[in-house]
Amino acid sequence: MLNYSRETILNTVLTLLLLGIPFAALAIDEPFYVTLATRVTIFALAGVGLNFALGLGGLISFGHAAFFGLGGYAVGILASHALNYEPLMSSPFEIEGTTQMVILWGVAMIVSGLAALIIGLFSLRTSGVYFIMITLAFAQMIYYFAISWPAYGGEDGLPIYVRNGFPGVNTLVPINFFMISFGVLMLAILLVAVLRNSRFGAALQAARQNEDRLSAVGIKPFYIRLAAFVISAMITGLAGALFADLNRFVSPSMLSWHTSGEIMVFVILGGVGRLFGPVAGAALFILFEFIFGGLTEHWMFFLGLVLLAVVLFARGGLIGTIAGKVRYD
Amino acid sequence: MTDYSGGGDAPVLEIRNLYKSFGALKATDDVSLTLMPGEIHALIGPNGAGKSTLIRQICGEFEPDHGSVHFLGNDLKNSGVADRAQLGLGRTFQISSLALEFSALRNVMLAVQSTSGSSFKFFKPVMKDQPLVDAAMSFLGKVEMQSRANVPAAELSHGERRKLEMAIALALKPKAFVLDEPMAGMGPEGSKALTGFLSDLRHQAPILLVEHDMDAVFALADRISVLVYGQIIASGTVDEIRGNSVVRTAYLGEDA
Ligand SMILES: Nc1ncnc2c1ncn2[C@@H]1O[C@H](COP(=O)(O)OP(=O)(O)O)[C@@H](O)[C@H]1O
Ligand SMILES: [Mg+2]
Repeated sequence: MLNYSRETILNTVLTLLLLGIPFAALAIDEPFYVTLATRVTIFALAGVGLNFALGLGGLISFGHAAFFGLGGYAVGILASHALNYEPLMSSPFEIEGTTQMVILWGVAMIVSGLAALIIGLFSLRTSGVYFIMITLAFAQMIYYFAISWPAYGGEDGLPIYVRNGFPGVNTLVPINFFMISFGVLMLAILLVAVLRNSRFGAALQAARQNEDRLSAVGIKPFYIRLAAFVISAMITGLAGALFADLNRFVSPSMLSWHTSGEIMVFVILGGVGRLFGPVAGAALFILFEFIFGGLTEHWMFFLGLVLLAVVLFARGGLIGTIAGKVRYD
Repeated sequence: MTDYSGGGDAPVLEIRNLYKSFGALKATDDVSLTLMPGEIHALIGPNGAGKSTLIRQICGEFEPDHGSVHFLGNDLKNSGVADRAQLGLGRTFQISSLALEFSALRNVMLAVQSTSGSSFKFFKPVMKDQPLVDAAMSFLGKVEMQSRANVPAAELSHGERRKLEMAIALALKPKAFVLDEPMAGMGPEGSKALTGFLSDLRHQAPILLVEHDMDAVFALADRISVLVYGQIIASGTVDEIRGNSVVRTAYLGEDA
């Protein structure tokens, strides 16, 4: 009970900080920090997606960049078609591009979810190191495909000339776009909290703890994991969509294994399986990049050391270190 | 329709000419046996005889090299572990196999949720699903574990874990129990209590019982099969097995 309330307090503090910083930044006329906070928010959302598969389901996906990038490209491609007045497809029926965020998000989630369904059908038959390698391999395939496909920018990436629209909001105002991203992040965390406590969540967490036990009671771990992998990918894909809009640019680097690694770093730094772990992790990551990135170009090396320390001495990440182990009621 | 509900004469579980080798080792060597309604059929034999390997083939963890397993008239050839559990095979593991981070209660709830509707329900919190919680609690009560309901499985004693395994098997409301050494490490008190418990349980569903505790086996079994080096060397009633000189030399360790 004590741990639980401590974690709740910590989560509340994190949320208020994330929400407060951009407004404080505006007050002191430092709009750059609004963008920084938006990056934290979107990275956290990508981490929330991975954390669902990894933290609750024990699925160590090293290919979540695929979903992040697909979400981004879904936005980039549709928006570029809309801006060029070129339909995406004209036969057998016509599909137009769009610049409506809500539609773009839906498409991004569907595309990432379908990709996860296919990748999961293959990769979830394996486990351990094989699973890590297969998810990585699929992501690399998509990465090289994006690089070698000139229609949408190839290696150079694809600019999005106008930020996409959201009903009743001027999305070009940074704080507005931050609020949209923040709202999406909170909804995603709420969704994960609900799923975690459901029957599905119970089965998923049991699959992580002991898959033989789950099978022996008559529940097939494979389908539980597949569904979790798809949900996880959809959340990370949504983050990719927002990231595309933040930068008004998508590039193959969103799909690269570096990105998969970074998303995993958010989860590990913050605390694997903790609801707000990715928020803490993404914030630490950006903070680290911001502080040490200015001092040395080898900041990634030092981040590596921190990561090593977390894995060796603070397995629960920031949240676990402060709030203690997870206890199930 | 064949009657499997008890008293009928069709076997609930039937194993026909099963073979399984690990390299040169014949762990299961032409094993056939049946489990009849209402009975306790004990499977005994020295360590390494192949008892657990046989159980694993029955439950779908290992695929036999040859032969078949029939359950309630179905050939289980293409059924996985979970399918067989759904069909009504309730097994316990020789070495407790639990979701260690979950409480005892949540371990049992998993079994209840599997037998009462889908696990693809995404929104309702399980702990607020009163019928689910109550049912799991009542199964914990049957093994006198209610007071330990909220303890994580990792923190339970060995004996408590064995009982929890039993509660999970009960919660599946199986059509046959397959129990791999349920008394192992339970101590004389625990074994005695469990013996009484199993004796009643056979009326709920027949039991294939792998057990080392000979007092328990002789007290409980309607039939005994003796497995040595992967082969059933004798099968019969308690008295027949006790009087069988081959069994006595090969397994019970007495001079014939
Ligand atoms: N997965 C396996 N791979 C190789 N050999 C195995 C495997 N499982 C069991 N065995 C061997 O098969 C024989 C029977 O083992 P087991 O069925 O566990 O015996 P019992 O339960 O009767 O003590 C033993 O010699 C054991 O070493
Ligand atoms: Mg054994």
